Amino acid sequence: MNEHTQESHDHHHEESFVRKYIFSLDHKTIGKQFLIFGLIMFIVGGGLALLFRWQLAWPDRPLPIIGASQTYLEEGEVETAADRKWEERYDDDKDSWLETNMPSGIIDPNFYNSLFTMHATIMVFFVVVPLLVGAFGNFLIPLMIGTRDMAFPVLNMLSFWSNMLGTIIMIAGFFVPGGHAAAGWTGYAPLSSVPELSGVDWGQNLWCISLIVMGISSLMGSINYITTIINMRAPGMTWFRLPLAIWALFIVAILLLLAFPVVASALGLILFDRLAGTSFFSAEGGGDALLWQHLFWFFAHPEVYILILPGMGMASEMLPVFSRKPIFGYKSMVYAMIAIAFLSWIVWGHHMFQSGMNPALGMAFMTTTMLIAVPSAIKTFNWLGTLYRASIRFTVPMLNTLAFVSMFVIGGLSGIYMANSPVDIYIHDTYYIVAHIHYVVFGGSVFAIFGGVFYWFPKMFGRHMNEILGKIHFWISFIAFNGVFFPMHIIGVGGHMRRISNPTQYEFLQHMQWINVLITMFAFVLGAAQILLLINVFWSMFRGKVAEQNPWQATTLEWQAPTPVPHGNFGAIPHVYHGPYEYSVPGAESDWIPQTQPNGESLPDEPVPAGAAAD
Amino acid sequence: MEDTATLDHSADVYEPSLTPDSLGKLGMWLFLISDAMSFGALLAAYGAIRAGAAEWAPPSEVLGIELTAFMTFLLICSSVTMVKALEAIQNGNQRRMCTFLGLTILGGVIFLGLQAYEWTHLIKHGLTLTTIPHHGLSGAEISGSVLFGPTFYTITGFHGAHVTGGVIYLIVILIQGLRGNYTAEYNHKVEILGLYWHFVDLIWIMVFTFVYLL
Repeated sequence: MNEHTQESHDHHHEESFVRKYIFSLDHKTIGKQFLIFGLIMFIVGGGLALLFRWQLAWPDRPLPIIGASQTYLEEGEVETAADRKWEERYDDDKDSWLETNMPSGIIDPNFYNSLFTMHATIMVFFVVVPLLVGAFGNFLIPLMIGTRDMAFPVLNMLSFWSNMLGTIIMIAGFFVPGGHAAAGWTGYAPLSSVPELSGVDWGQNLWCISLIVMGISSLMGSINYITTIINMRAPGMTWFRLPLAIWALFIVAILLLLAFPVVASALGLILFDRLAGTSFFSAEGGGDALLWQHLFWFFAHPEVYILILPGMGMASEMLPVFSRKPIFGYKSMVYAMIAIAFLSWIVWGHHMFQSGMNPALGMAFMTTTMLIAVPSAIKTFNWLGTLYRASIRFTVPMLNTLAFVSMFVIGGLSGIYMANSPVDIYIHDTYYIVAHIHYVVFGGSVFAIFGGVFYWFPKMFGRHMNEILGKIHFWISFIAFNGVFFPMHIIGVGGHMRRISNPTQYEFLQHMQWINVLITMFAFVLGAAQILLLINVFWSMFRGKVAEQNPWQATTLEWQAPTPVPHGNFGAIPHVYHGPYEYSVPGAESDWIPQTQPNGESLPDEPVPAGAAAD
Repeated sequence: MEDTATLDHSADVYEPSLTPDSLGKLGMWLFLISDAMSFGALLAAYGAIRAGAAEWAPPSEVLGIELTAFMTFLLICSSVTMVKALEAIQNGNQRRMCTFLGLTILGGVIFLGLQAYEWTHLIKHGLTLTTIPHHGLSGAEISGSVLFGPTFYTITGFHGAHVTGGVIYLIVILIQGLRGNYTAEYNHKVEILGLYWHFVDLIWIMVFTFVYLL
């Protein structure tokens, strides 16, 4: 192994373009590939949301631009395709794609179902996981633990490209006859397992196949992450000197490793039901529709922590740097994350309170769910403790991190209501839960991503992102985000069901329609603000201010590597002498002590042979 | 802040690797843990469906045990030859390793052949994805949930796919062994292969217990 590692370092100068930028084995390039991929999919997923937000605010009114390009029918002629049988849709080959899904520019109710299904699917599996775990995991893990690359570089490359394969399959679903999957991102059987029920044919099959491929992709990624973190830490990088971002990614990799195979098996069973005529999930064939919910949520509850834990880790990196203080309660942060990960396995039933489960079992799930509030609160108070009496630097990453902490608190608090099964009877399947999930995943994870992109950009691309543009993007996003999702609590409590394409059909919702209009207006502002982010990212890649090695005066190892980071990351494998958050240490010369700085009578910082730690 | 200054700042608190001789070994263990979860999900689904069914045909009447017991024996034997192959190369005996790898492959291939025979036989007998046979092996009339077939074929099929993958994996390592790639010092790839093969064997014992015996 020793020779292999040496060899790969001598080779890199003659790398072809394809090897260097496309089928790259370098963890940094793969991380950047995931970053760009995730940002593009973020726009796709957001675009889908804007389409259905239009429909919710102004039901059955032609869309702007798309609607204008089509011929209008007379008022009476507008045929909402709700009545159309799915066979017709399936055989209808004379209509164009636009006419099928958006006749006269009006979103067809079936297409509406596909839109919200795919919005969630794309945002969960193709945006947040690839960005948090794929992009930051790949880029940060070897740099922050002080090694040259991942344990299995080829597996790492295959992980990205199988992720691309899954994406192509998923996107293809939009263009097959019958439309894309429309059973919600949870794919509840029998809606997902019996084609006649949702009227979707190959869309749902491709959805299943794509998610299985994505599962294989994340399996390869998580094997890589766990092996790398366990086996390849630099000398002196003990478990309790690991940065919290690495702890979070380590725990998330374990969750991914254990959770995804379960849903992959279940998706296989759905495919058998759809294609081979079995009836695993249909009661008339002796199957059990609830079985799907159990298998799905056994996976998907850990999955929602997969979506938030890396964000927590990244926030825990940025808070101390811009507070110039050690993180408050480092070890309790680690134990809290471990506790959250453990509890995530025994709470899945709280998604199924209304499924007719035994109330005694519901009570048990309610208790375990409430327990999660304890580690979550530990983390929140630790963040606040870090901020307390700190000399805060309000940079763009810090603003986003503060948004993360505060929005996560709101999302966490609204979660407590749904964790109570008696309260959940009232608010389940309403916009209240939509508000909750978005406060955690958008308000939490996505703001952490915004912060993380800005924070690590100088190390990734050797250039700074634009501070002013970043602040404008942050403030518009932050205000519009709250404008979109806060009112959803209100309409949710008012009884507004999720997943309906036309709220004005219901008399009891009509008095709240102005809120839907308001939400949609904010949603368009929120969407438009992301253009600023894209401009900032892609413009700064080539034109940004050139970055120095350690622009934020941070202690962790990635900032001690040269900028731009060369192939192999470090000249000599660094030795680690400190914990990751030694800021404002009394008596120290500067207000931060890099992890690599020897203390007092300095130990010799002799170079370690390349790859010695790796094997 | 006082305690920060008294923290242990030495770099010699080096925590060694878990599998210092080979990264791949840890990687394979992780893969196997993950794979165990996918089998676990299938077996749990099978258990839930069977427990929820009004009636479940007795597996001994539908499937029979003699042939499968022999297949189980065969697979356990192939695990033994796998151990022998690893032992041989750890002692530096390349030829002996290749012989035992060959025997392991033979065990896997015969297992797959018997499984194919069993499947065709069962399908002819009426056990398909949507039906179960009217009469059991003893000639007695049987009835029960039609999900017998789908659960049976899914679980044994998924296992069979693992055996197929294992045989290919064995062949690759055998070819490398014949080229003399492995020595008494460099043989962790054979050990990793062994981990996989024993896992497939272990899973079969679970499948045999839950699907055939219970």
